[in-house]
Amino acid sequence: MAVERNMALTGQPPKSLNTIQKIGVLIGISGLLILLLASFNLNLPNKGLWLTISLSALTIGIIIFSKGAYDKKLEGIKNDGVWFKSMSSRGVLAWIAGIILTGFYVVLYFFAELLGLGQGVDGTNTGLVGLFDPLSRLLSGNPASQWFVYGTLYTIAIIGFGIKFLMKYKHNRYEQLRTMSVIFFQTAFAFVIPELMARLNSDTFSLPYNDLKNMWPLNYYAFEQWRVDQFINAQTIGLFFLILAVLMVFVISPWLTYKYGKRWYCSWVCGCGGLAETAGDSFRQLSDKSVSAWKLERWMIHTVLVFSVIMTVATISTFLGYDSTKYWFTKNVFLISVGVFLTLLFVGILYYKRNQLNKSAVTGAAGFFIFTIAFLVLISFVDLSQIQIQAKYFSFGLNDKSYAADSALRAFYGFGIGSIFSGVIGTGFYPILGNRVWCRMGCPMAGILGIQQRLFSKFRITTNGGQCISCGNCSTYCEMGIDVRSYAQKGENIVRSSCVGCGICSAVCPRGVLKLENDSLDGRINSNEVLLGNDVDLMDFVNKK
Amino acid sequence: MEHIVIIGNGISGVTAARHIRKMSDKKITLVSAETDYFFSRTALMYVYMGHMKFEHTQPYENWFWKKNRIELKKGYVSKVDHQKSQLIFESGENLQYDKLIIATGSKPNKFGWPGQDLDGVMGMYHKQDLENLEKYAPTNKVCKRAVIVGGGLIGIELAEMLNSRGIPVTFLVREDSFWNGVLPAGESGMINRHIKNHHIDLRLGMNLKEIIADDNGKVKAAVIQETGEVIDCDVVGLTAGVSPNVNFLKDSGIELGRGVKVNRFLETNIPNIYAIGDCAEQHEAIGNRRPIEAVWYTGRMMGETVAQTICGNKLEYKPGHWFNSAKFLDIEYQTYGWVFGKPKEYEAQFHWIHEDDTKCITVSYHKETREFLGINTFGIRMRHETFDKWLTDKKDVDYVMDHLAEANFDPEFFKHFEKDILNAFQKQQTINA
Repeated sequence: MAVERNMALTGQPPKSLNTIQKIGVLIGISGLLILLLASFNLNLPNKGLWLTISLSALTIGIIIFSKGAYDKKLEGIKNDGVWFKSMSSRGVLAWIAGIILTGFYVVLYFFAELLGLGQGVDGTNTGLVGLFDPLSRLLSGNPASQWFVYGTLYTIAIIGFGIKFLMKYKHNRYEQLRTMSVIFFQTAFAFVIPELMARLNSDTFSLPYNDLKNMWPLNYYAFEQWRVDQFINAQTIGLFFLILAVLMVFVISPWLTYKYGKRWYCSWVCGCGGLAETAGDSFRQLSDKSVSAWKLERWMIHTVLVFSVIMTVATISTFLGYDSTKYWFTKNVFLISVGVFLTLLFVGILYYKRNQLNKSAVTGAAGFFIFTIAFLVLISFVDLSQIQIQAKYFSFGLNDKSYAADSALRAFYGFGIGSIFSGVIGTGFYPILGNRVWCRMGCPMAGILGIQQRLFSKFRITTNGGQCISCGNCSTYCEMGIDVRSYAQKGENIVRSSCVGCGICSAVCPRGVLKLENDSLDGRINSNEVLLGNDVDLMDFVNKK
Repeated sequence: MEHIVIIGNGISGVTAARHIRKMSDKKITLVSAETDYFFSRTALMYVYMGHMKFEHTQPYENWFWKKNRIELKKGYVSKVDHQKSQLIFESGENLQYDKLIIATGSKPNKFGWPGQDLDGVMGMYHKQDLENLEKYAPTNKVCKRAVIVGGGLIGIELAEMLNSRGIPVTFLVREDSFWNGVLPAGESGMINRHIKNHHIDLRLGMNLKEIIADDNGKVKAAVIQETGEVIDCDVVGLTAGVSPNVNFLKDSGIELGRGVKVNRFLETNIPNIYAIGDCAEQHEAIGNRRPIEAVWYTGRMMGETVAQTICGNKLEYKPGHWFNSAKFLDIEYQTYGWVFGKPKEYEAQFHWIHEDDTKCITVSYHKETREFLGINTFGIRMRHETFDKWLTDKKDVDYVMDHLAEANFDPEFFKHFEKDILNAFQKQQTINA
């Protein structure tokens, strides 16, 4: 059936916008327009006022739009016309939005001077970055950077579209609480607190910008030397943050994941997840559900995870190597502990979880493990900082600097994974690839939490006996591209490493089949050939095999 | 190699094919005139509403069939010749089988209304119905109003579909309250109000008299039997139930009633021919079930069962405790065990409704023994496994009411109502005592 593509502002229900929604769009766009004018260096007097107007217009525009969309409707699922609207079905608007977003990320990461960063007299800001100076001074006391601009807009997006999501799911308390949580963590932990903490910095005391919830390996620079040094130099409080960062990775996060699944982070706390669940909500249905996409996902996310481990180990071992007097650890002690830890982990999983691993998982894990250990052995003999790498061979001649091998690894990770993958593709391509491409295919944090969730967690999505009618709403609206239906229609619980526990499959199910739960480990992974409802003998007979 | 041919690629036929493949190496051919690949019929509504694309209604990717060596044959079977063990297609082609499974499902009922075959009159069952609806009711400019005839599960789905495109709907329901042949009065009344809250023009106790055509043989209006009112409309949806799709089997020698007559092994009167799903009719009803069950999961269960028989483990079709589910616009409905719309003489019912008028339950139990017989639940999800066990264990109603929270299946953090329900139940018990 050919569904006509339409520019969405016109057309018939459910595509068309009502008057209130149109007003919302207009107000929102006027807010964007101010930002655009500032970007083109239109010199706005009273920047603080214009910035306030712009940010308010963006937020209020989204809220009015949402009121128009949901206010007069009865509580329930609001997916009418999702596949007819240009924006949410890869139509013209989606491509335009994708290109603009992608362009914004490219400028942000690589051409910040185009946004006015340090372009004024004596390196002051002009343009868009300049417009944000008053807010930045208010919070941290410093002029804005492109990252401050980005952080502010990011937070506004999560708040605005978070409110939209709250209105859309007003009947669902799980979604309500989850959304309030991501709004809170973004606004407080990622934005306001670190900015305010910057006020503590002086000539003698300085802490790095520290988003407490943003842990390694999502925060891939967490243990770089300049950060570690700053923390150590900032005495008690710095040491506290450093220890907390390590505890987060090895104690707090595994424990929470054991109790609640990776959702405690990915859809309740994480900033990337927060944006995906709010601004990205309109695009969740675009994720690829094919088996081939799943195969790609398994290779990609674990490759990035291994890369991030190698890169971090190389970084830490390098500075431990040439600054051995400064730290408690020496390079070799560090490398040996990492090796021992990874070996115990790998062998332990192979032994204790042997019944839950299929052959391809074991083969893949063994490959990754051997590669990692080989790398550890290599860097214990070779000092990476002594090897120079010419970037031009890897950057089509765009970058002609020469890097020491360890910084080259960092630079390549920062560029390839940190900027291109998580930003340009991960967010810029929301309207085309769906809202969780980064989380699904690239995030090393999600990779670790996923392994924990699959093997050591009480979390699962329970299927309600024989009630599934295979309609496919769950699979369609799974942002992680999990074919939820393929489990539900077999009466099987869904225990997948990638599930972020957003709860939308359960919400959109018309028959009440799916429930996110934390329960005992026994019978968590079940496999039924015959579902509940049929004669008990037949179930026994077939399921026994 | 034995050749199993299955007519119909719905849930029954596909389940049979999958299970036969799991257990054997037999040659399997799935025949369908409707679509190339299996799709979920119950999801067609979401395609029209824009929640999903048609491809999302297909539970298996297209490579699945070849990989599992299930051959797909598109064609309309016009005759079964059991003496030669062959199917004859409308196109004139033949297909030989060793064993035949008839799984042709249902077709919408038409009761001989004048004008029932006009352009713009349709059921909501086949993929072709969906295409028809897209043709005659793409927008509220093209379709100024639609009239739906028949207040069952498909009728209310069609109303929800048209509503999503802003098309005004007049909904003719023969009964004096929605689906009250099945639902007890309290529940049926709540759904009546919910339908009206969605601005659907619900007409209770009304029947269709005739459909009037315009000059081009397209629907122009529908006339109500009781009042003679003429309602101008562009589409008429006929959703007055379904019946087995078995016309092509007339004179085939296969015993027919309303459907294909089968015994508990799902065998027809002809050796090596089986019938499953909506089109199968049991010689004798099983328990309180109807002889013909046009329900998604019974089709699936018959597929599971017949696959066992065909692969050498002859099994009776023995459905367990009755259960079902549906969704009325925004209100989900589940049922476990038996709760009758008009209570049986042995049956007592307890009804609880939430003040927001979107949640209610009805619990049915035996007047004398107090054995728990079943529950209907609206707007509160409950756990199939728990009720299945309670029914098997023949728990009494007091046990069930005390332990209702164990059966709750609502998402985390949802408000619980078990205390309110229990209080109301105890109050009712004291009044009755």
